Amino acid sequence: MTAASVSFRAVGRAFDTNAGRRQVLRDVDLEVAAGEIVAILGPSGCGKSTLLRIAGGLDHASAGVVSVDGTAVVPFDPRSAVGFQEPRLLPWRTVAGNVALGLPRGTSKTAGRDKVARLIELVGLADFAGHRPREISGGMAQRTSLARALARNPGVLLLDEPFGALDALTRLKMQDLLLDVHAAAPTTVLLVTHDVDEALQLADRVVLLGSDGEAPGADIRQIVVVPGSRPRDRGSAELAELRGRLLDGLGIDRHGAARGIEATTTIPHYPY
Amino acid sequence: MTDASHAALSTGAAIHDGAAVRVAVNSGTTSIAAGREASVPPEPSGERRRLVDRRWFRILGGALIPLALLALWQWVSTSGLVPLSQLPSPEMVWLAAVDLAQRGVLGLYVAISTQRVFIGFAFGAAAGLALGAIVGLSRLADVLLAPTLGGIRAVPSLAWVPLLILWFGIGEDSKVILIAIGAFFPVYTIVSAALRHVDRQLIEAGRAFGLHGLALFATVQLPAVVPSVLSALRLALAQAWLFLVAAELIASSMGLGFLLLDSGQNGRIDRIFLAIILLALLGKLTDSVVALIERWAIRRWA
Repeated sequence: MTAASVSFRAVGRAFDTNAGRRQVLRDVDLEVAAGEIVAILGPSGCGKSTLLRIAGGLDHASAGVVSVDGTAVVPFDPRSAVGFQEPRLLPWRTVAGNVALGLPRGTSKTAGRDKVARLIELVGLADFAGHRPREISGGMAQRTSLARALARNPGVLLLDEPFGALDALTRLKMQDLLLDVHAAAPTTVLLVTHDVDEALQLADRVVLLGSDGEAPGADIRQIVVVPGSRPRDRGSAELAELRGRLLDGLGIDRHGAARGIEATTTIPHYPY
Repeated sequence: MTDASHAALSTGAAIHDGAAVRVAVNSGTTSIAAGREASVPPEPSGERRRLVDRRWFRILGGALIPLALLALWQWVSTSGLVPLSQLPSPEMVWLAAVDLAQRGVLGLYVAISTQRVFIGFAFGAAAGLALGAIVGLSRLADVLLAPTLGGIRAVPSLAWVPLLILWFGIGEDSKVILIAIGAFFPVYTIVSAALRHVDRQLIEAGRAFGLHGLALFATVQLPAVVPSVLSALRLALAQAWLFLVAAELIASSMGLGFLLLDSGQNGRIDRIFLAIILLALLGKLTDSVVALIERWAIRRWA
């Protein structure tokens, strides 16, 4: 299917725990256009993943409505596909077999095989199609997971910190791969991440979730439109400024000038 | 998409700031890079295999103690340390076997015992698989059935014998049912526990990709528990042999258990030894067959 729009209307989620009702999300309003990449950023435990799971029908909202292309999300919605933080591959299936798991029900055998081969080629695993998950690296497993999600031909691709467990270099490669995939098959992408740079590199808009410290539960604190077209220069000053603002919003000290420490251009003399 | 950018995609190491030239240069090296990225397990053939991993050593090593025991037995029984009425010599046991074989009962006893074990095992294991699957997959069935089955499991095997004889007589039925009870519980217990502990994340991933009900069971849950099922079957088979002797000791006119009881009453200690050795051999033989299947299953499914 083609890229679908997603809309969150006054979405809230509370969990019943032994200690009582715990509000995680409240009053989340967000419109995501078809084909857009939106990164959801926030501190640990603020409900980013919960919001994504609600969008995919893996969880349900306790208040409000999430809809895809104007109709409400159903449990395990077939219009969306999820890439989890862990690859979650079936260990007894090969890479190709795992990608095939993502094919929509009723795909014919030959069409399915072609599609799986194409997707494995797309994520660069053609030489490893017959390998088992335990025989490939973490980055390759995560690529397999991405290919499996794409096999579903989703209108909305939901990625829950998909590169979080990878080493820094592999993560940068995976980000580029995701952009290539998005360019090849435009789909709406909701990406949960805790990595500000990743959000700025990939997204059209960055949504900052957080709590104001008074009302329980997180809502949208800020929406940042990321300037420029992808792929963006990882070192640009404009992104650095945005990065500072987002880190500020996350409650992270920027150090240096922002804290009132004078920046010096000369080497200080002893005694400092 | 241009050919160059496609090449970049297919290698998985896409370069954006570079021109097509750089991509072309890059594609020559990616196969090496990709090869390095894979953590292929070490090839056992590459380095010298340790002695304990070699097949001939394992077979020889496993036979060492039985052969030593046989030699010790031979020495003790012929040296006169222990009277022959307490410990027959290996030769006497062999002659007892030949004697029974010539009368045509040895083969019959072995066959009837093996048949009872296999039929009882088949029924018990099938019932254990079915009920284990139901209790392991459904919380409601767990609540309703698990306490009752746990109670039945607590009943010692011999306690069933009088009841089974009263209900089913002293024919084959009561014995096969007793063996089936013995084979049922290991399978039921292990399979239900294994199904309950299938990785929740895998199940959720299966559901997220549109699987539910029978398709989810066949695609995710069943393959995940295949190794457990095989070890459960192995345990059940051992249990079936245990229950066979319990069944045949009480009421039978054929079989290895009957041979034990009959020889005990007639003071034929050579035949008692024969029966015990045959039970050991048959039990180990059937266990080895299932163990082979289990090893294959673990390679295939785990």
